[in-house]
Amino acid sequence: MRYGEIGFDLEVDLSRGSIDRVETDPKDTRLYLGGLGTNAKIMWDRVPPGTEAFSEDNLLIFGTGLLCGTGAPGCNRTILSTLSPQTKLMAYSMMGGFWAPELKYAGYDKVIIRGQSEQLVYLWINNDKVEIRDASHLKGLGATETSEAIRRELKDPDIQVAAIGLAGENRVFYASVEQGRSSASRGGIGAVMGDKGLKAVAVRGTKDINVADPAKYMDLCNDVLKYIKYREDHPIPGVPPILQGLGSPQEMKIADEQWHTTSFMWGNSRTRRKDFWTHEIEEKWKETQENVRTRLISCHNCPMKCGATISVPGLPTYMMKCYSKLTYTMAAFSDLDFGFKIAQKATEYGLDGFSAPQAMAFGLELLEAGILTDADFPGMPADNEGRFFYLIEQIVRREGIGDYLADGTYWAARRIGRGAEKFDHNTIKKHEQLPLKLGMLNPVYYLMYSTGEKINITQIEGQFPQEPAATREAREEFVKDWIQVPDEKFKKYYVDWEPRGEMSNPYYPTVEASCDIVDWMEKMHYIDDALGMCAGLSSFPLKPPYHIHNYPDFIRAATGMEMDKDALWKAATRNRTLMRALNVRCGMRRSDDKPPEDHWKKRFPELEKQLLDQYYKLKGFNDQGVPTKESLHELELDYVAEEFEQKGIYSNG
Amino acid sequence: MAKIMKIVKSITIDADKCNGCKACEVICSSWHASPRYSSNNPARSRIRIVRSPLRDIYLPVYAGEYTAAECTGRDKYILDGKEYAECDFCRASCPSRDLFKEPDSGLPLKCDMCEETPALDKPKCVEWCLAEALIYVEREEEVEEEDKPQLGDVEIGIGSMIDKFGLQQVLDTIARMAKP
Repeated sequence: MRYGEIGFDLEVDLSRGSIDRVETDPKDTRLYLGGLGTNAKIMWDRVPPGTEAFSEDNLLIFGTGLLCGTGAPGCNRTILSTLSPQTKLMAYSMMGGFWAPELKYAGYDKVIIRGQSEQLVYLWINNDKVEIRDASHLKGLGATETSEAIRRELKDPDIQVAAIGLAGENRVFYASVEQGRSSASRGGIGAVMGDKGLKAVAVRGTKDINVADPAKYMDLCNDVLKYIKYREDHPIPGVPPILQGLGSPQEMKIADEQWHTTSFMWGNSRTRRKDFWTHEIEEKWKETQENVRTRLISCHNCPMKCGATISVPGLPTYMMKCYSKLTYTMAAFSDLDFGFKIAQKATEYGLDGFSAPQAMAFGLELLEAGILTDADFPGMPADNEGRFFYLIEQIVRREGIGDYLADGTYWAARRIGRGAEKFDHNTIKKHEQLPLKLGMLNPVYYLMYSTGEKINITQIEGQFPQEPAATREAREEFVKDWIQVPDEKFKKYYVDWEPRGEMSNPYYPTVEASCDIVDWMEKMHYIDDALGMCAGLSSFPLKPPYHIHNYPDFIRAATGMEMDKDALWKAATRNRTLMRALNVRCGMRRSDDKPPEDHWKKRFPELEKQLLDQYYKLKGFNDQGVPTKESLHELELDYVAEEFEQKGIYSNG
Repeated sequence: MAKIMKIVKSITIDADKCNGCKACEVICSSWHASPRYSSNNPARSRIRIVRSPLRDIYLPVYAGEYTAAECTGRDKYILDGKEYAECDFCRASCPSRDLFKEPDSGLPLKCDMCEETPALDKPKCVEWCLAEALIYVEREEEVEEEDKPQLGDVEIGIGSMIDKFGLQQVLDTIARMAKP
């Protein structure tokens, strides 16, 4: 018997209509742990270089983390991996909710989908019984509507459903996979699902998930719950309210949006409104939020309440989490009431809340600039909100200008031409980013934006404060109970960091310290993504309950595998390196590792070069960002080096 | 029958505070696993949340008595504008539904308040519910002296088998299985 994990994957080929239950190799668990790590290994082995995102050969993997569904609080993430139609690189995106534990209760660690179905179908996994079912009656339905329809059809309210909406069916490059409470939004994974003709994957499981050392494991779980309670009673002082506690930023609980609305950009990531937040707006937004929010809700086995049920009068109820309440609001220069209304549509259609509003704002900028004309927007209302509602319909149906905008700002700009390219100013590797434009280069963030394989800042940052507290005393106070640091040197990095002067950005943290800090932050994300832990209890917030010192115990007690801090660090390095290798195989090189040009006003090319050089060195990459033969050997990834040599990647750059 | 004072253990369920995380189901099934904590499986839990997120229904229900036959209750309750089935509030392990039955054997499950020596401070589900939707309450009450002992899991299970197959068939089977 396998512990922690199940030891079986479900292999589905939609072209052939075949379904197989396949035992996995425990050696892969030792090397890659699970979740993203084992997803990456499967992608490497089975998706040949040059594969198109929209093709039979592309795989769509729904992976659960190694500890998903065990007693570990908050361990419930589904990690989806595929080739992205937008970036042409690896897409991986995670969702919380209840789907991953349900899959393990059904007896599988992953669902690996290959091929394409001619008819729209859905997959029904009911313990050992798995069926590919006709979904023609679900065509065009919203993601939430689809889930409800499937539960009714199969007569079980406890079925967990991951579904796409119209955006996925029509292969919008930033279509999401929705799961009611949560979604995997980044990288266009919903578009790949649509291309495969797969409307939904429905799961119900009633089997056991076992752990190897039950008493020890439960002690660890109880310690985590205790620490969560402690952190609830001890918010971090001196940082914005949404960063003080655990969980995702508490957007559903907290109405104080001063930080986002005055620091982040409005429109197509253009305009900062430093004076936006007033008492009047605070009162109004608070009222809006409280009027539509029915209940704060959680994911599987997690005491945090990062999501909410939202019922806007006159609209169907939906569930929301985190930041999407503001992305549409700010892109449209509108207010929170509009944000909640359009998010209802976006959730049903299945759209990424970062990319979609930016693509719309980008389209309207082109109209304003005369690159597009009124003829490109036939029948569009004159008001801001009306325009966004108009554009969302055009995009998810790929009608008219919507067909261009559905590819995201990068591809749309190039298809439109006539100077549209310079309006695509907020993408990294063809993927829309958080709307932030800042003054002074921050060396840590420079590295994370440039090199993050997820191409999304929130999935690499965390742990280390975004900026130093004003006084040395406050910083010394902060590090006193900072048990999460992997090494004492991180405390010094922080204490010495000043808001202004010599010991401040961009030259402090130093090049070396910046690389260390990024290394720690991204390692924790890679560990979470392999274990299926929510970043909200681990890699994202300050002072989380899970960290490098207790994770090895969790893995050992759950699985019975040998594990210590060094071995876990190495496994995370291996997964990080394999993700880089996959992207290198897709053609990614040093010239792609850069932030949006206007992300900071003050740039320092020489320093940036040093940062990237040092980061590559620390990671065991060559100066093109390609993992070296030696580092691959060290990580037992010799098969990667062999392929790189064969393909001439080392010699041709 | 004599009156005696007895500690009555109960759980107050504040359904408005439930956020549907199922931690109660995870820890209940884990506590009752054998060996203890060796596995978890909400389908084996003796507390289940009746969940319908889009209708804002989150109702934790504890497994109560096993019943051999379903009742006639088919009424609907509307509370705060939300419609519940009569069954939603019912604790019975009942032939009409899968709830509160071992998924493998179909044998009934019943909440035992995590009875243990020495006694726990509170049942595990209450301890794990940080949302405080489950509140453990002990109170002293004057009750009739019980004339029959509480049934354990095995007795409840065998009882349900007898209801299903008849006493003679169960006895014959046990006799046959008991042969070396």
